Amino acid sequence: MGMNTEYLKELGIIKGDEMILNMGPQHPSTHGVLRLKIHTDGEIISYIEPHLGYLHRCFEKHCENLSYEKCIPYTDRCDYLAAMHMNHGFVMGVEKLIGIELPERVEYIRIIIAELQRIASHLMAVGTFGLDVGGITPFTWCFRDRERVLDLFEYLCGARLLYNYMWVGGVSHDLPKDFIKRTTEFLDYFETQIPEYNEILTGNKIFIERTADVGVIPADVALNYGLTGPNLRASGHSYDLRKEEPYSIYDRFDFDVVVGEGTHGTLGDCWDRYYVRILEMYESIKIIRQAIADIPNGDVHEAIPKKVKPPKGDIYTRYESARGELGFYIKSNGKNIPERVKMRSPAFASLSALNEMAEGWMMSDVITILGSLDIVLGEIDR
Amino acid sequence: MTSVNNLFEFIKGIVPIEDTAIIWVIAVAIPALIVFLVMAVNALIAVYFERKVSAFMQDRLGPMEVGIFGFKGGRKFWGGIGQTLADAIKLLTKEDIIPADADRKVMIFAPFFIFLAPFLTFIALPLYENVVISNFNIGILYILAVSSVGVIGVILAGWASNNKWSVYGAMRAAAQMISYEIPIALSLMLAIIVVGSLQINDIVQWQADNRWFILHSPFAFMAFFIYFVSVVAETNRTPFDIPEAESELVAGWMTEFSGFRWALFFLSEYANMLIVSVVATMVFLGGWLSPVELINIPGFDLPNSVLSILTNSVTGPMWVVLKVVFLIFVMMWFRWTFPRLRVDQLMYLCWKVFIPFALANVVFVSIWELIF
Repeated sequence: MGMNTEYLKELGIIKGDEMILNMGPQHPSTHGVLRLKIHTDGEIISYIEPHLGYLHRCFEKHCENLSYEKCIPYTDRCDYLAAMHMNHGFVMGVEKLIGIELPERVEYIRIIIAELQRIASHLMAVGTFGLDVGGITPFTWCFRDRERVLDLFEYLCGARLLYNYMWVGGVSHDLPKDFIKRTTEFLDYFETQIPEYNEILTGNKIFIERTADVGVIPADVALNYGLTGPNLRASGHSYDLRKEEPYSIYDRFDFDVVVGEGTHGTLGDCWDRYYVRILEMYESIKIIRQAIADIPNGDVHEAIPKKVKPPKGDIYTRYESARGELGFYIKSNGKNIPERVKMRSPAFASLSALNEMAEGWMMSDVITILGSLDIVLGEIDR
Repeated sequence: MTSVNNLFEFIKGIVPIEDTAIIWVIAVAIPALIVFLVMAVNALIAVYFERKVSAFMQDRLGPMEVGIFGFKGGRKFWGGIGQTLADAIKLLTKEDIIPADADRKVMIFAPFFIFLAPFLTFIALPLYENVVISNFNIGILYILAVSSVGVIGVILAGWASNNKWSVYGAMRAAAQMISYEIPIALSLMLAIIVVGSLQINDIVQWQADNRWFILHSPFAFMAFFIYFVSVVAETNRTPFDIPEAESELVAGWMTEFSGFRWALFFLSEYANMLIVSVVATMVFLGGWLSPVELINIPGFDLPNSVLSILTNSVTGPMWVVLKVVFLIFVMMWFRWTFPRLRVDQLMYLCWKVFIPFALANVVFVSIWELIF
């Protein structure tokens, strides 16, 4: 330890009594293989530098060598906690590029599935956030309920994590016989569970002490860093692509955009980011109920093209994933293989703001802030 | 007269050995063995209990595979009853890893130091009136003094590991354990002021004559509250488990330890829980007195025949065990429902809340004693 520190001091990398601490890539709370280089003076953090790339799997390069259909499973593996959203975002881009008109039923199915996925992803975020601040029980409770969503997905398409469910022009399987009934049952059950999370975590005095006023990011700073999704909404800026630029058929549903209110401290703190996710689960339930109520009949394979061969041109689609604004830039040169695919990762933008939020806070708060951002390393490294 | 002396006389009476030194060694070794067994069995049972309690709270089943003594594993309440024993065997047979850059000697030595503290403390803990290894007249003082030795071992362990996380954990643990000694001592001071003795026997006798100490005055109740929260911090359990903080510091000062020496940490942690619960029971919750003897109302005495049934050498220890199990359950309840505090909040709680209140308690209870 000693030699190394002296050397770094000579180089002017660290000052005074500072020490460099490597958090990760093997660390229980970095949500994957993230390495944080932390400059710390005792418990106080002076600078954080995230080091990425431990989970880099060349998603974008792979896409340049695979046909459009074969790219879809790769999108699954980017954000493995919201794989349906990744599928949906990508196929939406390709469909727009070709100009496919989707059957009504497919749109409705996609919305139901996407919102169920949002619930599952937010449950994961809430649960692991509880774990990050030291509460173990909320985590298992959230996982218990996430399991039910995964069961539904398994019933739907046979896969529990990486689905490859949404295809260009349709979905791989129509809804099974009892799916609507089982989903309704789940929603009825799940609505009674959210107050339980609030009891064990949201309203807990220690939890509030740990998260309120910690890692505050004001709306303007958040916008500058490119934060989107729940992280931006927690700062009080109402921005949701489902409302701003309704893709699919989101304009038909009645739901609210949840924004942070700074209930227990400054607007845009960790508590707000956490609570926005809890409230968004209610909104998702609302959307699913409406979609279930008027889902039409139809053939889900009707509009699937024999050959996915978009005309020359490019497109950028934006999608409100569980983590924020997910963008796909797809450039086609008229072949069945994309010339270039670029993904805008919402969690990447969130992670870039980590230093801004954590500077001057303590070791424990780094974990709290990182947990509240809800990053997925698969999506950041791609 | 201590139990060791009694044992010495007893062995001398039945074993025809001239050399008294050997008899002394035997007389000392037997209680030591008993203490070690108590610690080991306590850890085995408490870990199983903790896992079942946590499973119950988290909507899981807990251990349910490893059966023992003819109990088969399965989805039953006793399904995994052999689990902790299997875990213990695994720990003992595990490879003992010492990192290349670690301070070898200190790293080997530190776990035993930590183990020493609860081990020595058990000497003064009674189970019943005279069921105690050594009936010190400075009982409480001895317990407080010896149980705080462990923190040296924690610092040694953290420093010797040559790991930044371990040092963090050790420094946090040292700050925390030393700070929380003070409110604990001040809370126990109340009982000492009122009873006028440090001996645990006398404290329980006072409670038998009057009432459980927790009901002595509002201040005594507050002292119990401060004591209990402080001992949770002292034993490094959630919500005060910041030295271990598995989501922040990996495992704090235990990060680099494995196998048997890690098992010693584990043993000490659960032994510490037992110790603080026993002390709380003895000082605040009436020791071996039955719950019927909560308050001794003058002129409404229970007949002696009833009392002797309620509290005798069989039921007395039983009451102690029941109260201790309840307190340990509450500690587990804390652990599985609360998030963790941050290190500065922990210090704030100790120095700015508990210590002023505990000091005020001492003053007010003295005034109370003068008035009533």
